[in-house]
Amino acid sequence: MSVFIDQQTRLVVQGITGRDGSFHTRQMIGYGTKVVAGVTPGKGGQLFDGVVPVFDTVADAVRETQANTAVIYVPAAVAASAIFEAADAGITLIVCITEGIAVLDMTRVLPYLHERGARLIGPNCPGLISPARSKVGIIPGNICRPGRVGVVSRSGTLTYEIVHQLSTQGLGQSTCVGIGGDPLIGTNFIHCLSAFQADAETDAVVMIGEIGGTDEQQAADFVQQAMTKPVIGFIAGQTAPPGRRMGHAGAIISGSSGTAAEKMAAFARAGIAVMKRPADVVPLLKERL
Amino acid sequence: MNLHEYQARDILRRHGIPVPPGEVATTADEARAIAARLGGGGGGGGGPVVVKAQVHAGGRGKAGGVKLAANPAEAAAHAAKILGMTIKGFTVHRVLVAPAADIASESYVGIIVDRTSQRPVLMVSAAGGIDIEEVAARTPEKIHRLAVDPRYGLLAHQALGLALKLHRDIAQARATADIMQRLYAAFYAVGASLAEINPLVTTRDGAVAALDAKIVIDDNELDRRPEIAALRDTSAEAPSEVAAREAGLTFIKLDGAVGCCVNGAGLAMATMDLVKYYGGAPANFLDIGGSSNPQKVVSALQIITADASVRAILFNIFGGITRCDDVANGIVQATRAFPLKVPLVIRLTGTNEELAVQILTQAGFPALTDMDEAVKQAVAQAKAA
Repeated sequence: MSVFIDQQTRLVVQGITGRDGSFHTRQMIGYGTKVVAGVTPGKGGQLFDGVVPVFDTVADAVRETQANTAVIYVPAAVAASAIFEAADAGITLIVCITEGIAVLDMTRVLPYLHERGARLIGPNCPGLISPARSKVGIIPGNICRPGRVGVVSRSGTLTYEIVHQLSTQGLGQSTCVGIGGDPLIGTNFIHCLSAFQADAETDAVVMIGEIGGTDEQQAADFVQQAMTKPVIGFIAGQTAPPGRRMGHAGAIISGSSGTAAEKMAAFARAGIAVMKRPADVVPLLKERL
Repeated sequence: MNLHEYQARDILRRHGIPVPPGEVATTADEARAIAARLGGGGGGGGGPVVVKAQVHAGGRGKAGGVKLAANPAEAAAHAAKILGMTIKGFTVHRVLVAPAADIASESYVGIIVDRTSQRPVLMVSAAGGIDIEEVAARTPEKIHRLAVDPRYGLLAHQALGLALKLHRDIAQARATADIMQRLYAAFYAVGASLAEINPLVTTRDGAVAALDAKIVIDDNELDRRPEIAALRDTSAEAPSEVAAREAGLTFIKLDGAVGCCVNGAGLAMATMDLVKYYGGAPANFLDIGGSSNPQKVVSALQIITADASVRAILFNIFGGITRCDDVANGIVQATRAFPLKVPLVIRLTGTNEELAVQILTQAGFPALTDMDEAVKQAVAQAKAA
């Protein structure tokens, strides 16, 4: 078992013929993910790389290939529409890599998904990977190793940095989930922590947060109340000034709320081991495994 | 993107919200002319006005950027002082001149997108006119909130219910409820992440009006709203940040000595934090993105080195999709085109790291693969310089 994706994942790639979509589709197929369909309006009937059928709509792709998971690489201007379309076609797990969706579009997307029982990961995220099994998104397969540590993060390259430290020092991962750097996201820390707690193949969790919002504080309460597995936490942005967006749309200290200090204190209160720097991850985990 | 008060007032006015008159001046003479035309005290001009600095900073009043003037001559004198003044690092280029209002009561009405409920939330308080964050921190019970279901918008009875928290008079409550619904419509129409009226005033003759307004636009909305994007005032931003945006980089200037050039926002923040951990201070946040385009590296180096307090530059690249050898080539080409006067510490790891180290070593740049080691060296070099 792994979290959210496994060998039953049948993936449709929205934006399969675009620059990013085609590159990452090849990477995912190479990693062993079952890519059963692609969607690019106007290119229905083509075969991507001679193997993956391309459809005009997600509904067509689902009907013909029984796809159950979608990954979105389309440009920001049409990404919210792509999420609506996937949910409408009955897809239950939608992973949106695209960065730049307007927050007000997300206020309409999220209730729509909720009504249909669909889970969204992202937007503005690197996706997820269950090493040696399946990957949906853009996390480089070569830095991951199969193992028993769950990783959940709001970031991309910072996650790679920490996963790289785990892999090179002998700690493999059960699943790594990038939940995205936007203020409104479909899947938050608590959803992932809860899935890792229930996953028989995960022994410990690394949670990588950052400034902005209160998701980490709420996650800390959840860890204290509902988790028996050890959790290690990191917060990026200790040196970030208030009121400035630090690259990610959601990484902003508003007034005096959402600071790294506040989040690290919440972690410590909940018994989460707090990493002072990325290199602390392996020693802290090894103490607790 | 922040809008100026006068721009926010225009948007509210276009959405049918009553906003008192007011015009923008860039010189003292213009301020005098506007005061002569609009000044209060019975209409017809010449009466008292308020002169307000138009900058992207809170606390303008405390900084001396908001002054009451009894007549046009005083308005000109205040404008002369405020124009060119620096408030929290921002130079004032414009003032808003508006008739002094005859205020009976002040309240607060604002909309944000709440990250927890994932909905737009209307916030109102009878404690208007002052910093709402202070009210929220000290007396949270004085703020009333309502999460709006975006499928149906702000319903009339919801708006009236909130307005009744601000007014006893039903006519005023109805007027405020109407303003709230119009503000909600404006919020979605312009792609705002924050819209507030502070203060919303009642005047002695019983009218309700938006005296001051603040609107922040979600940057992700700007591509599809060119008319809003055109409101950007680059003179109100740090020149280095304008240059970075034009080069497609995300850059935020800080006050340390270690210039940072990193791929990815989270890693960029973690790199700045590690600089501090090892006793240094970051000079900036810079996310160079996934691109290894040498032109972006040149732009990044130009922007970082334009800051005279930078004593060393640190590259921290994690090659996932980005190939380390591409970045190494970018650094070599960029430093040929743009020789550096400060030491450079380069760390790359991940995809094609060996090739990258080889490229850099051949070009005379030592290359590291460990993040902690690189940060330590950059901090030491910044201190030695």
